[in-house]
Amino acid sequence: MDQARGAEDVQRAVEAVWRVESARVIAALGRITGDLGVAEDFAHDALVAALEQWPTTGIPISPFSWLVTVGRRRFIDRLRRSARADSREQMLIRQFEGAQARTGDEIESHDVETGEDLLRLMFACCHPVLSNEARVALTLKLLGGLSTEQIAHATLEREPTVAQRIVRAKRALAAARIGFEMPPATELQDRVDSVLDVLYLIYNEGYVASSGNAWTEPTLCREALRLGRVLAELLPDVGEVHGLVALMELQSSRLRARTDRDGNAVLLGNQDRSRWDLLLIRRGLAALDRASTVGQGLGPYGLQAAIAACHATARSLEETQWIRVAALYDALGEVAPSPVVELNRAVAVSMAYGPEAGLAVLDSVAEHPALSSYHLALSVRGDILERLGRFADAEVAFRRAAEMTGNEREQLLLRTRADEAASRLSL
Amino acid sequence: MRFMLFMIPNIEEKDWMPDPEGVAAMTAYNEELTKAGVLLSLDGLHPTSKGARISGGGGHVTVSDGPFTEAKEIIGGYWLIDVASKDEAIEWARRCPAIQGPATIPNYDGPVPVIEIRQVFELSDFPDELRRAAGED
Repeated sequence: MDQARGAEDVQRAVEAVWRVESARVIAALGRITGDLGVAEDFAHDALVAALEQWPTTGIPISPFSWLVTVGRRRFIDRLRRSARADSREQMLIRQFEGAQARTGDEIESHDVETGEDLLRLMFACCHPVLSNEARVALTLKLLGGLSTEQIAHATLEREPTVAQRIVRAKRALAAARIGFEMPPATELQDRVDSVLDVLYLIYNEGYVASSGNAWTEPTLCREALRLGRVLAELLPDVGEVHGLVALMELQSSRLRARTDRDGNAVLLGNQDRSRWDLLLIRRGLAALDRASTVGQGLGPYGLQAAIAACHATARSLEETQWIRVAALYDALGEVAPSPVVELNRAVAVSMAYGPEAGLAVLDSVAEHPALSSYHLALSVRGDILERLGRFADAEVAFRRAAEMTGNEREQLLLRTRADEAASRLSL
Repeated sequence: MRFMLFMIPNIEEKDWMPDPEGVAAMTAYNEELTKAGVLLSLDGLHPTSKGARISGGGGHVTVSDGPFTEAKEIIGGYWLIDVASKDEAIEWARRCPAIQGPATIPNYDGPVPVIEIRQVFELSDFPDELRRAAGED
């Protein structure tokens, strides 16, 4: 099989198989064992067996079936040894023995993967009984196949903290008796939304923290986008799934343009658009198209993706279809009202209809506690005031903005803008 | 990180068009890549008889139309995937039916398809001097 490769290479190959297969293996074992923690334990047993055996036997043609079969066999062995197997467990043992008698081995038809298993695993990892941090950690561990060390590295946390969070999350799921059932139809939409929110949380963690960290962004953004694409294949008829995928594809298309060589952030208006990734833009537009055609109208993610698409297809900041962007923010404010949406709407309105109109939007939310001390809100205000020729007010806004951020680079940038506004005042 | 998987079928031009079973197996494989969320794009390429080679030297440009009869290792198509490591890219290539097919037949003596894996450069892989030359501020 893989004869040309040495033992060390085979170990790395086994780890690669694990990255590719672990979620599906855990999902399949989850269906068999009915418990997330138990499924993970036996999937891990199977991995250990693979590390022992594959260096001599080579990697099997279907690593997935191999791992599920071994995990399942060990689970059944444990049930047999346990004197207190309940009726469901007794039935599993009988099924297993029946299959062995029929076929000579224990590969059963239900070792074959179904997409539904993976979907159930996603729902379990993103279950509403868990905190957001727990959902993120479980999702990266069980769906992403990342080790605890890799998760800690990516989320900039200590490894024991992450490990403990995962243990507690699994315990919480077991205590709440959350197994691997599909949510009832009445809950389905909320549960899908929860998965989408967790994926976007992971994505944003990578997106926001990435300056100066060469590991966080690629790991978290790639993994969230990948899992989004996986989910889009599992739920092709849910528009918002495609909406989120479109949003992440489009945001990713700008990743390499949004920092300069020194790691400083480059704002949208100053980005070199020739550096945007056309392949990801194309993929994002295709996903957005699916989100629109599946029906139900665009949800919050789909609308954000539609806004991102306006930017992705514009040749410059000035040539952006700002009237459309403003209308999309109107719609977004309807379905997902938030002060940050209003802030962005103010920018879009100022570009579409002039700074006066933008300032009116901004004034209507300026006192909101989430914005009154938010440096970006103050920076937008400074920007709009400057365009109105109100340089003294602009200077004040930029100075206050500089006070509100702890990021030194941003402080520097905002103070420079305050100085510029002040100098135009004295002209 | 992105990897390009080049399919080198090592077959004669006259055999270039695959049979229905081959197409079905390859389609299933492509779906597997899609379902795993790693596939960015893919294409199959016409044989070299529809292509040409262009080279420069000696003060002029030379254009040679295909087919390139003497050439080995002709690319038949490619996949562009986004994965966490080279090992993961190797694992995906290993699963390709064009590789698994011959690998599972003892004493196989037909053409041996090869997949070559190449990592795609990111701007951050370049030294500063090259990043400046690429127009990065």
